[in-house]
Amino acid sequence: MAMAADALTGGFTDAPRQSARAFRAALEAMARPGSVHPLTDLAQAPDPVSPAAATLLLVLCDPETPVFLAGAHDCAAVRDWITFHTGAPLAPAAEATFALGPWQALMPLSAYAPGTPEYPDRSATLIVDGDFAGQPVTLSGPGIETTTHAVLPDIAALQANAAGFPLGLDFYFTSGAELMALPRSTRIASAEES
Amino acid sequence: MRDELSRSGKGQAMEEYNFAYLDEQTKRMIRRALLKGMAVPGYQVPFASREMPMPYGWGTGGVQVSAAVMVPEDCFKVIDQGADDTTNAVSIRRFFERTAGVAVTERTGEATVIQTRHRIPEQPLEEGQILVYQVPIPEPLRFLEPSEVETRKMHALEEYGLMHVKLYEDIARHGEISTSYAYPVKVEGRYVMDPSPIPKFDNPKLRMAAIQLFGAGREQRIYALPPWCEVVSLDFEDYPFQASRADHDCDLCGAEGSYLDEVITDDAGGRMFVCSDTDFCAGRRDAGHLGRLGATEDVA
Repeated sequence: MAMAADALTGGFTDAPRQSARAFRAALEAMARPGSVHPLTDLAQAPDPVSPAAATLLLVLCDPETPVFLAGAHDCAAVRDWITFHTGAPLAPAAEATFALGPWQALMPLSAYAPGTPEYPDRSATLIVDGDFAGQPVTLSGPGIETTTHAVLPDIAALQANAAGFPLGLDFYFTSGAELMALPRSTRIASAEES
Repeated sequence: MRDELSRSGKGQAMEEYNFAYLDEQTKRMIRRALLKGMAVPGYQVPFASREMPMPYGWGTGGVQVSAAVMVPEDCFKVIDQGADDTTNAVSIRRFFERTAGVAVTERTGEATVIQTRHRIPEQPLEEGQILVYQVPIPEPLRFLEPSEVETRKMHALEEYGLMHVKLYEDIARHGEISTSYAYPVKVEGRYVMDPSPIPKFDNPKLRMAAIQLFGAGREQRIYALPPWCEVVSLDFEDYPFQASRADHDCDLCGAEGSYLDEVITDDAGGRMFVCSDTDFCAGRRDAGHLGRLGATEDVA
């Protein structure tokens, strides 16, 4: 089958410098859970992948990282784009290092590897792309001086994930050209409780 | 010297190497390890450490971490035991000046990425700065248990009794906890971590606004502390942790609370104490502070 032309476009023009800047934003985001970081150097993947999610894929994925696509993100155009630009193999949820899709399609969280007690790093990172029905929460823990506020989907599922620390999943929430991170170490309280 | 060096980056990297020396796939691998380290503070993430153009023990882990986080707009500082002007610090600074084209500085406040061997700068770091530690032995339990299989299991089971026995034996033998550097800490109440061989004077500073990344090249481990991470030095209720320093003022700048190096000045028992953080000391002298020998000694 011939690859669509747009599978070949949308990558970085200066990969070393652009991916360095994008990673720096991704690192700051993971270091400061709940804070929103704009990306300046953007990749462009086929719809419905946001520029921020496309950029994360280019920065973090390569032939060593199986990727799971969920929902509308699991389409031929996106699969071709990821294969051409990163070489990452596509895999079922349980084997994935990275998963990409809208929140509802990515569920349930139990489908992904949370790591092992000896190697908690052998866990999946979920890139939650696009809007979701969220609730206000109060976050605390590593990376947060006191507390901070954010809007997250399905608080109960995320609290259960955090309760498994040091095992668990880490999340990037991407929308447009912005991203926010939620590592497993963050403690989550619904805003009404606090 | 200080002013010449500050912001002297040429903005041009050597063409023969990729930006910041490492190839992109290696940087991606290191970056993934850094994110895992950030998500599980204090846990040692294995990574496929590369050979670097410098010997093990000279900061190959720190250099790889610096290369993976560096952006072209960075201002880079390197310190070795607090000093910007030692061979190790100078060569690593020059390495990134040439392979990444970044600006370099000796001033703590100007730097966005600071690679350090065995010290935390005296000036508090701020949000937006990254401190990269060079780590020789990342495993705090290694000298108590030589097997990696066993220490990994001990971390998994949160079995840190052995470390407390070691500190207790210190007290039994010396009347106090005699561990003075690489003093073990517990991170967020979970992982016991080696803060690299920083003096225990620096341990209270480990909770800070900046990101802290630790790279052990020979041992192939990366770990991290997010900002404001809870870091507690291990101790006992009746023998609480004490950050110690030489009981003197700096002889050059008169600083009362900085970490000091002892310098032998002659063969008749003469000695002086000077700040180990050269930028801190020079900054104070520039501002007019003078210590006991500050007016007479030429310490350029």
